[in-house]
Amino acid sequence: MTNLLLWKAFWNLTVTGLALGSIYALIALGYTLVYGVLRLINFAHSEVFMVGTMGALIASTKVLGIDLIVNGDYPYKSGLVLVGVLAFTAAVAMLFSGGAAVAIERVAYRPMRGSGDIVSATVLAFLTGFVLAFFVSENATVDVIIGLILTGPIAYGYLRLMGRGRTAPRLAFLITAIGASTAIAEAVAIWGPDAREQYQTPRVLEKKVLFHFFDADVRVDYVLVIVVAIAMMVGLTIFVNRTRIGRGVRAVAQDVETARLMGVNVDKVIMITFLLGGLMAGGAAVMFTVIYDQTRYNIGFLLGIKSFTAAVLGGIGNLKGALLGGLALGLVENYSSAIFGSQWKDVVAFVVLLVVLMFRPTGLLGESLGRARA
Amino acid sequence: MTFPPFVLRVRQAVNDRRRAWAVKWRLLPRRVRVGVMVLLVAYLYLLPVAPLPFVRTPEVGFSGVLADQVVIYVLAALGLNVVVGMAGLLDLGYVGFYAVGAYTTAVLSSGHANWPWLATLPVAIAASMVAGVVLGTPTLRLRGDYLAIVTLGFGEIIRISANNSNYLGGPRGITSIPHPPSIHIPVVDWHLDFGVLDAKPYYWLGLTIIIIVIFLLRRLEHSRVGRAWTAIREDEDAAELMGVPTFKFKLWAFAIGAAIGGLAGSLYASKIGFINPDNFPFLLSILFLSAVVLGGSGNIAGAVLGAVVISYGPERIRNFSDRRYFVFGVVLVIVMVFRPQGLLPSRRRAAELAHAGSEGTGLLGEPSPVASESADG
Repeated sequence: MTNLLLWKAFWNLTVTGLALGSIYALIALGYTLVYGVLRLINFAHSEVFMVGTMGALIASTKVLGIDLIVNGDYPYKSGLVLVGVLAFTAAVAMLFSGGAAVAIERVAYRPMRGSGDIVSATVLAFLTGFVLAFFVSENATVDVIIGLILTGPIAYGYLRLMGRGRTAPRLAFLITAIGASTAIAEAVAIWGPDAREQYQTPRVLEKKVLFHFFDADVRVDYVLVIVVAIAMMVGLTIFVNRTRIGRGVRAVAQDVETARLMGVNVDKVIMITFLLGGLMAGGAAVMFTVIYDQTRYNIGFLLGIKSFTAAVLGGIGNLKGALLGGLALGLVENYSSAIFGSQWKDVVAFVVLLVVLMFRPTGLLGESLGRARA
Repeated sequence: MTFPPFVLRVRQAVNDRRRAWAVKWRLLPRRVRVGVMVLLVAYLYLLPVAPLPFVRTPEVGFSGVLADQVVIYVLAALGLNVVVGMAGLLDLGYVGFYAVGAYTTAVLSSGHANWPWLATLPVAIAASMVAGVVLGTPTLRLRGDYLAIVTLGFGEIIRISANNSNYLGGPRGITSIPHPPSIHIPVVDWHLDFGVLDAKPYYWLGLTIIIIVIFLLRRLEHSRVGRAWTAIREDEDAAELMGVPTFKFKLWAFAIGAAIGGLAGSLYASKIGFINPDNFPFLLSILFLSAVVLGGSGNIAGAVLGAVVISYGPERIRNFSDRRYFVFGVVLVIVMVFRPQGLLPSRRRAAELAHAGSEGTGLLGEPSPVASESADG
């Protein structure tokens, strides 16, 4: 009987699965890029995505002043204005995500690679002072002022304490990532306008059915998501394979020491890698708000785990693998929720991952950012 | 960058002092060392009734925090330390074993039978050990981060399955799990009642279990098994070539770690009396792992310290209300940036750190491939 549901809704499930999978794929790219270069599971990437959705929210409500839809009355019916609004929202979201990714790298990871400098020391010092101020005052403004006052002396000490040239063990990076992730999500939950509530994002794009594919309703937002994901994917692949900076990324992924000896600025390449991952997450964030019209401080958590699963499924460190893994995971989730009920879809997804890793221990396409042409 | 001389001097002095204390401690006669340890342990038992001046939790009952949080986290961190710290296997789904232990106790004592808690305990430990072997057998051939994601999946599978299973009570979970049996010694008319109101007996029970577990783990650490784990952690291929059956010992690490996790889960279930799937989120795995790494991966004392910090810390600053997990995240980052080897690194790892300039070469001790440009200075 349940199988009947699968066949009845097969094409619908396929279309929605591909749309969801595209979002997974875009986030998975961030995991895979960072993993390829640093061998680090960047747990904070889920928060990069979350910051992107907040960016989209701010762009559409605060900057453009779009109201939440009442009675399906869309402010922009069609045409260039609509495209412009979407593009602007996307740009802001990508700016937020990219900025968050680079900031995390600069403040949290870079000192652990032994390249900490005055910027990372200052930001860490401010955070320390800010947190210390909690003991004195509950007022956020007062805390910030106390934090700023304390920044100087603490930064001086931190700068002296930072181990130069000594790299932390990988496990420590993982815990730092977890810490950064917690801090960012909580910061949004505490100081965001609606705290821990769910935010409704304004619906800009009218979700009308564009065409029918067999018996599936192909909505315009699904098409948009899939097209954007593939376009960003292609753009990223070209960037990594054809440009000078991309060559640097591949070189560092392949062999850090040799790359450094060949004159690659490793710290810069790592920063660019995080930036690229952040931009992809920003794209995913906009697409997410377009389809689901909502966000929340902890929205990144589950999507992050899923996307990381997708990255591993496709072969972590492999750009094409991220796309394949994302789409595959989206489809598997949709089909399995039709067969077993939606409460089992995560279990099925993880079992599929387990089975794939049994037979292909490095994922569907294998690890490859550095090895071959990505 | 060069250090100004006074910073170097202070640093040197601190290091010397620490080393001197460690040496002095080891040179003391065995009787004295045992005596000091006994006094320390005795004080730990008295902690809920005679707390230290600053060690308290202003907003919640102190013995409750000790029994509900600290004891459970310490046990779980000890178990996870076997897997992550000693054998070097990254496990992101440790909460799964904890859940298996808790649910086994719940089902046997309240859900579908009514065994006393003590009778369910060995079954809970055995069940989580079996879970460890079942998870480990297919997955321990995977390496590093692949193992991490698979174990993460395992933890989620356990939680979601419990949520969807009517047998395990679904989202509502299982209620009225019995407390441990109360003890009454008639000669001195002394009661030890495991009830709802007083958390102290649970703390004492947990502390006793922790001491037994630490004793066993120390024996294990210095046995053939412990040496095999170290070898695997440092270089799995070399260990295999030297004749260590790596798969077997990795499976043992998983099973023993899981058993301790199950023990912690069973204790937790009997303390709070009701469990549901929300008690076992992925976040808990992350917190246990943070405890192990923050304390000093591979060191038993480190794992204990890390667990105490992770569990007690947020309770201590409860007056920060919802800002405390922000503080938690920031503190985690700052400690890891400035002390990546953990608060109390294991002596062996510290030696490796001094020797190689990085902490070990095993799967997880392996330094991140990107080092900085300037070698030093």
